[in-house]
Amino acid sequence: MERYPATKGGGRGATATAPGRARPAPQEAESAADLPPLLLLHRPRALRRARSMALPRLLRAAAPRLYSTVPAPAPAPAPAGNRPRADDDKLLTEPLSHPDFFSVKELFTLKDLFDARVHLGHKKGCRHRFMEPYIFGCRLDQDIIDLDQTMQHLQLALNFTAHVAYRGGIILFVSRRRQFCHLVESTARACGEYAHTRYWQGGLLTNAHIQFGPGVRLPDLLIFLNTLNNVFEPHVAIRDAAKMNIPTVGVVDTNCNPCLITYPIPGNDDSPAAVELYCKLFRMTIIRAKDKRRQSEAVEELQRKAQGK
Amino acid sequence: ELTVRLICTTTAVQKRNVGASGPEKYTEAFIKKQIEEFNLGKRHLANMMGEDPETFTQEDIDRAIAYLFPSGLFDKRARPLMKHPTEVFPEQRKIQWGEDGRPFHFLFYTGKQSYYSLMHVSMLFVINNVSSQRKKGKNLAGSRWLTKIELEEMLLEKVSDNDYSRFIQLLQKLATLPCADIEEKYIQKFSKEVPAQLQKVVIEPLQHDERGVAFSTGEGKRKTARATAVVYDNGTGRITVNGIDILHYFPVLQDREQLLFPFQFLGRIGKHDMVCTVSGGGRSAQAGAIRLASAKALRSFVTEKEVEFMRQAGLLTVDPRVKERKKPGQEGPRRKFTWKKR
Repeated sequence: MERYPATKGGGRGATATAPGRARPAPQEAESAADLPPLLLLHRPRALRRARSMALPRLLRAAAPRLYSTVPAPAPAPAPAGNRPRADDDKLLTEPLSHPDFFSVKELFTLKDLFDARVHLGHKKGCRHRFMEPYIFGCRLDQDIIDLDQTMQHLQLALNFTAHVAYRGGIILFVSRRRQFCHLVESTARACGEYAHTRYWQGGLLTNAHIQFGPGVRLPDLLIFLNTLNNVFEPHVAIRDAAKMNIPTVGVVDTNCNPCLITYPIPGNDDSPAAVELYCKLFRMTIIRAKDKRRQSEAVEELQRKAQGK
Repeated sequence: ELTVRLICTTTAVQKRNVGASGPEKYTEAFIKKQIEEFNLGKRHLANMMGEDPETFTQEDIDRAIAYLFPSGLFDKRARPLMKHPTEVFPEQRKIQWGEDGRPFHFLFYTGKQSYYSLMHVSMLFVINNVSSQRKKGKNLAGSRWLTKIELEEMLLEKVSDNDYSRFIQLLQKLATLPCADIEEKYIQKFSKEVPAQLQKVVIEPLQHDERGVAFSTGEGKRKTARATAVVYDNGTGRITVNGIDILHYFPVLQDREQLLFPFQFLGRIGKHDMVCTVSGGGRSAQAGAIRLASAKALRSFVTEKEVEFMRQAGLLTVDPRVKERKKPGQEGPRRKFTWKKR
């Protein structure tokens, strides 16, 4: 069984959707959820779409993102212990039928966010225009972020991360803050995922096949603990991930641009307490999702063995 | 009707720039095959030389190859060699990800995983260290950090100058903090011992001949001339060269001045006798060679401070100037042929 998420219909998985090419035939787009992530930006109240959005994007990410010069590799040979397709689908579709399969809501409360100073934004002069919907108010020139909205966004983001981790996706933590570089790398290591808190080389995502070698697999999710780089400009990885159709989760502060981020989390990204809280939450979700996957697989194995006998 | 136009391209255009793809990549299968061939060839060679294949060492191989393929090439590296493939082919990075495509190293997507993981581990030591108070930091005297090239060899990937300097700064910071054993061992991996005193020149003590007179010898060279001088104490200032007195051997005043310079510098003109032998070179070169030899011999008679003065005066330095070779297309080493406008 290939480790990539299952394809919807056999032939479609082989052809990757490169950004330059025309979109697939219109009749195949079943719902608004099939639209590319670029068009789904900045929907703070799009809570209902969360569930259906997760499904098609991951299904489309079955084959690695390739360009015309490199031929698509043949599907990976199935390792020993081939599982039948029916079980595979059930394992993957079952979590999507629950609104909060991984019970992500119980990981944090509003009080936790408040104690970790997540609601504190920058001064009024630093405010970004697109962050205005997320700001609760301004006190003594300092912006205060609306924690109710943050709760909802955080829940969506954690849920999405959990689903990606459940399906064995590659998660890349990105942050360009030197203070938290070590913390973020340790978090990534603890989860078994990947981190990039160093200088971003230009073609890491867009030129990956030349930089890393042919056949490399790109990350399936990018998590930004800090959206800005050291020069207070939007991190290049946001734009690159949007170019490569990679969903992003990002903590956006009042001076950041939330536009290209798929799941923005309005909140403070400067205080150590806040960043530690985010790291803790992401770590717990990912570990929880992976444990659940292992449990489900074990249960499936037992059931199949029982049926086989 | 569509006409098909035949587009002919030369092979030169079709072949891409091979050099631009980077250094040659050797697959594991290729290296394995090379190792098998090497082992087989080693046994054949042992049989050819009439020796036991089981106990045929690398030195035996080198001797055998030098015997079977004598080469007059100047550069030793250009001569035929037969070594184990791991020494011949540079070490390469293997594929960094598993079957499912997930990379093995958690910093794979940075591009420089070994370097950044090194920084991560060093930073871990620094952070853990800041809180605790232990014995004084490691003594850095007599050791140097790894050079950039050595670090590149260790990490098997390119390291830029900035990265290297950052890494050394981090190590220095770690070294200044109070360290425990683990950290000392970690730092030792990246530091190398420097020999404390490179070739300290040993001044030989005075020797005494049958009459009880103290003497000392010295050797000197200049251009192609080689000289040895024996300086005796309690003398009257008589100097003999190749059995001939200096007035007869060196008619020119300048050469005699050169001989006397070390004695004049130390203020011991009438106090020493000297017997020298010299060969090669010309008049001036021989004089310079004897001067150096006598200065070296005089070191034994004199205090360390005066030796340092002599060194600073240039009496103890070998003059490195030799005749420059003539180049083709020129009349001499520097002189070009006469330029004619037409």
